[in-house]
Amino acid sequence: MFRVTRRYEFAASHRLHAPQLSAEDNRRLYGKCNNPYGHGHNYVVEVSARGPIDAGTGRAVDTAALDELVKRQVLEAFEHRNLNAEVEAFQHMVPTSENLGVEIFRRLQQNWTMVFPGDWPKLEKIRIAETPRNIFEVTADL
Amino acid sequence: MVITRQVEFSASHVCSNPALSEAENRDLYGAAANPHGHGHNYVVEVSLQGEPDPVTGMVLDLKLLKEILHREVVEPYDHRFLNHEVPPFDRIVPTTENIARDIWNRLEPHFDGTPQRLYAVRVYETPGLFVDYQGE
Repeated sequence: MFRVTRRYEFAASHRLHAPQLSAEDNRRLYGKCNNPYGHGHNYVVEVSARGPIDAGTGRAVDTAALDELVKRQVLEAFEHRNLNAEVEAFQHMVPTSENLGVEIFRRLQQNWTMVFPGDWPKLEKIRIAETPRNIFEVTADL
Repeated sequence: MVITRQVEFSASHVCSNPALSEAENRDLYGAAANPHGHGHNYVVEVSLQGEPDPVTGMVLDLKLLKEILHREVVEPYDHRFLNHEVPPFDRIVPTTENIARDIWNRLEPHFDGTPQRLYAVRVYETPGLFVDYQGE
């Protein structure tokens, strides 16, 4: 089995604010990330897919197909966007990188079989670096 | 415990399957099918699993690992055209997956689990594409 990982980047803004909490609690919890005007990051997303090698092509994952899926489902939706204002999922949840990871995983998983209709490869992992020092991983139960 | 050492080599390759037409190969591999070849600065991370020796405090003397990686990976691969100069890539397509498996096959006999075993091979073709292989 092979794990093939591709690295992508997008820049977006967000604000961490939980509507169930008071203004003061939000400030205490999220600190600067609660600034009402929002702020941005250069997000780095690594998408890992797992599968056996295809004897004919010598590849486990068609990376051009993966690139197209990520472009359509993630990069086009998030690039240079305000996540709170412009992405449906973050109308209902705080755009922390944890939730961003879950949302990216959901988008890719939901459209996966359209691009990869066989048993393999499977989506295995999403790794998001919000900054080089804050890194979040979401892993599938394979 | 897992220890990892990194080595680099630069090499050229063509991704194309001789059983397919030039158009099919271009469709499948894109620019990587250019018959004249192109190159990468490959980065290889080799991980071994084992327990630290109670006397030396080391899983394996990294000097020894460095020598093995140099002999088995850097010497045969560095500044070569993989398809033409490095078997088995005269017969199989030098994709990142096949390179990771070939490196695994070259290294595995050196680490049979007494006391270290080969744990993983990661090959970066570019900073944006890498493959992990841990055996079949």
